[in-house]
Amino acid sequence: MSVDQAAVRRIARLARIAVTDAEVPHLQDEINAILAFIEDLSAVDVEGVEPMTSVIPLKLPMREDVVTDGEIEPLILANAPLTEDGFFLVPKVVE
Amino acid sequence: MNDLTALTLAEARDALKSKSISSVDITRAHLDAIERAKGLNAFVAVTAEKALTMAKASDARIAKGEAGPLEGLPIGIKDLYATLGVHTQACSHILDGFKPPYESTVTSQLWRDGAVMLGKLNMDEFAMGSSNETSYYGPVASPWLPPNWSADKARAALGGDKRGLLTPGGSSGGSASAVAARLCLAATASDTGGSIRQPAAFTGTTGIKPTYGRCSRYGMVAFASSLDQAGPIARTVRDAAIMLRSMAGYDAKDSTCVNSPVPDYEAAVGRSVKGLTIGIPREYRLDGMSGEIEALWGRGAEWLRAAGAKVVDVSLPNTRHALPAYYIVAPAEASSNLARYDGVRYGLREPGGDITELYENTRARGFGAEVRRRLMIGTYVLSAGYYDAYYVRAQKIRTLIKRDFETVFADGVDAILTPATPSPAFGIGEKGSADPVEMYLNDVFTVTVNMAGLPGLVAPAGLSAEGLPLGLQLIGRPFDEETLFAIGETIEQSAGRSKLPDAWWA
Repeated sequence: MSVDQAAVRRIARLARIAVTDAEVPHLQDEINAILAFIEDLSAVDVEGVEPMTSVIPLKLPMREDVVTDGEIEPLILANAPLTEDGFFLVPKVVE
Repeated sequence: MNDLTALTLAEARDALKSKSISSVDITRAHLDAIERAKGLNAFVAVTAEKALTMAKASDARIAKGEAGPLEGLPIGIKDLYATLGVHTQACSHILDGFKPPYESTVTSQLWRDGAVMLGKLNMDEFAMGSSNETSYYGPVASPWLPPNWSADKARAALGGDKRGLLTPGGSSGGSASAVAARLCLAATASDTGGSIRQPAAFTGTTGIKPTYGRCSRYGMVAFASSLDQAGPIARTVRDAAIMLRSMAGYDAKDSTCVNSPVPDYEAAVGRSVKGLTIGIPREYRLDGMSGEIEALWGRGAEWLRAAGAKVVDVSLPNTRHALPAYYIVAPAEASSNLARYDGVRYGLREPGGDITELYENTRARGFGAEVRRRLMIGTYVLSAGYYDAYYVRAQKIRTLIKRDFETVFADGVDAILTPATPSPAFGIGEKGSADPVEMYLNDVFTVTVNMAGLPGLVAPAGLSAEGLPLGLQLIGRPFDEETLFAIGETIEQSAGRSKLPDAWWA
């Protein structure tokens, strides 16, 4: 499989990464090189093979459904580029 | 003692215990060495004041007879471990200015045991790379001189763009370079596809990626969560064993961390390998493999035979699928993990007209080229219509790869011996600029181990004809790191300790 330039733009949009027109052909080549590299896998017989979900046999541990953390608003916001009144700031989302 | 930085971790520990040196002295000696080695670019942040405060506290505990297993030993920390209030960016611009309000479990256990933090070590951005060239902070130079280079020529390159100097490998390039250049006694590293073992092989040091689940991933910047594992890089097999004992152990904050006791790994160093069965997988004999690597591999098998082990041929038929499958699984998980970098909660923010533009601009500016490429591949293989063809298929192939190993171990093989890398270290600027896949091939011998969740150790096994370090890899049964340390020590002793390069950079 390979991707065309429209697909490159679509993938970039899904990944939320801005790309310039100049970057697209270059990215297309690189992505297609990687896709060619993984192409062989389509020939492997995986009939009846379970997909791996965990490399070690481990039951997901459960704990009491209680609050174990919190009341650390200043720490949560300490690394934010923009905050106001204890909130993260983003561009206007709702008109 | 003249040069405190020449001691191994074990020697320094014993000297501290007998009070023949102090932690403040050995910490100062390392801080001086770091200052003189700035050109190597191994450290991205030096915490000198913190180091000296920790060293003084260690000396006080030693005086009171309350020393921990790593008391007073100065070490370096890879930049992807969260360290409270200290630079933690996984060497990415997108985490610009990030200072965690918490400590990773692995580092907190090192401090609990008395270790002293010298600073944060350079790495490939988000651990995506095999040469430390994708770091936002620039490439790291290996302390090993390129063949036929004079110290003067190398010093001149160090002040410039470093092209032609050797890479220490990656992604834990800063860790490997710093340990080999004697800037720290040992370092933390991490391994998703070979990021501990390949740099160890390139720099003549020892590295171990333990079994998945052996160390807590809490507070490690995530790349591919089903593959990532913490581990040390150190100058000897014994030193790596000492480090791992403190790094490993159960942590309720990581649901994949295994609750089983941590053995005294150091006790396994020096244990006889007599009677062990060592497998040599035929699929690792690649077409066009360098004669030198093949000879090294044969020599390793000879050493183990001479030490009383039984060496047998084994087959791991799905080996060749591991690297392509890795380049589906790892980018897929990365695209999910790195979705958190949005310019809102931490790190870099690039303005945009609306929220989507804010995300897109921030991520375009904040991620380097290799990271952007992998995120796009990951996004593609997870996107509607491709998920089954790529991701689910890769996870099935992973099951096949793991099954290969299980079959070999069930047949009585105790450990598997392979080359660590297809070649010795290459030069900065030499690989991957035209075709990203060229760089990916570095991990061909190491990536299977992550796909199967097994422990893998790389021990120094001698020098190439051109005088560059070469490593051999040992792959073990799940949670049997002890056997790897025992065999690794045999390889290290049989190869004879290679002299690390003199400090031409200082």
